[in-house]
Amino acid sequence: MKENYLLITFPSIPENVGLARVIVASFAAQLDFTLNELEEIRVATSEAVSNCVIHAYREQSGEIQLELKIQDETLSIKVIDGGCGISDLDLAKTAAYSTDPERMGLGLVFMESFMDQMTIESQLNQGTQVLMVKKPERSKDSNDDGQ
Amino acid sequence: MNLELKQNGRVLTVVVSGELDLSTSPDFRRRIGDELEQNQGIQHLIFDFKETSFVDSSGLGAILGRYRTIAKRDGKVSAVNVPPHLVRLFELSGLLKVMTIDPSLEEAEKYD
Repeated sequence: MKENYLLITFPSIPENVGLARVIVASFAAQLDFTLNELEEIRVATSEAVSNCVIHAYREQSGEIQLELKIQDETLSIKVIDGGCGISDLDLAKTAAYSTDPERMGLGLVFMESFMDQMTIESQLNQGTQVLMVKKPERSKDSNDDGQ
Repeated sequence: MNLELKQNGRVLTVVVSGELDLSTSPDFRRRIGDELEQNQGIQHLIFDFKETSFVDSSGLGAILGRYRTIAKRDGKVSAVNVPPHLVRLFELSGLLKVMTIDPSLEEAEKYD
C-alpha cells in the first residue's frame, strides 16, 4: 500500500460533521479495514469534529483542519481547531462528564475505545489537536504471520 | 434524517431513517419533544432503528433526553431492529440501563 495523505479545512458547523465522516471513511477504505472497523472510524471522526463545533468554538464561527495520512498500513487522523482549548484534560476524558446536560459526555470515551491510539494536545485559548491512529486488524494478523 | 411518528394508544413509535448526529439531533429533539408535549397520554416510546445508518454520542444524548420525559410518566423506552454496531454503542454508553432492546415491534407494542 502506497503512502497517501489528505489535508482539508472547513468551517466549524454541524453540517460538516457528516461530511468529515464521509471523507475519512472513503480515505480509510484504501486500507484493509472491515466494515465494523470503518464504522468505528466514522464514530470516532464524528466525535472529534463534533467536539470542535460544540466545545472548541462554542458554536461560534471557526475553522477545523483535518489531516489524514496512510503510512505503514496505518491510518492517522488529526483534527485541529483554533478554539478555546480544554482546561482539564483528565476531567474531559471522564465518562459521563459533559459541560452540556443534553449530552452524555461520551465523545472522548468512544474515540479512545474505537481507535488504537488517541492523544490530545490542548492549550487554553490556543486550540486543540486530536490525533487518532488505527491499523486494520487483518493487517496486524498478516504482519504477525510474517514474523 | 427522517422521522416517522406513529401513535397507537399510549405508545409512540418513532422510525428513525438516516443519520442521527450533531446536525440532525436538534430536529429529533424538537419533533419528538413537541409530540410528547402535545400528547400527554403518551407513556411509552419505541425507537425503530431499521433504517438508521449512523448514530454518535450526540444522537445518544438526544435519545436519553426523550427517556427523561418518558420516565417522568412512569413509562418505558424500547428499541427494535437495532443493527449490531448500534447495539455496541448502546452498551458502551450505558443507555441499555434505561432502554430495552425488544426482538420485534409487535413485542415492544405489548407495553400498551
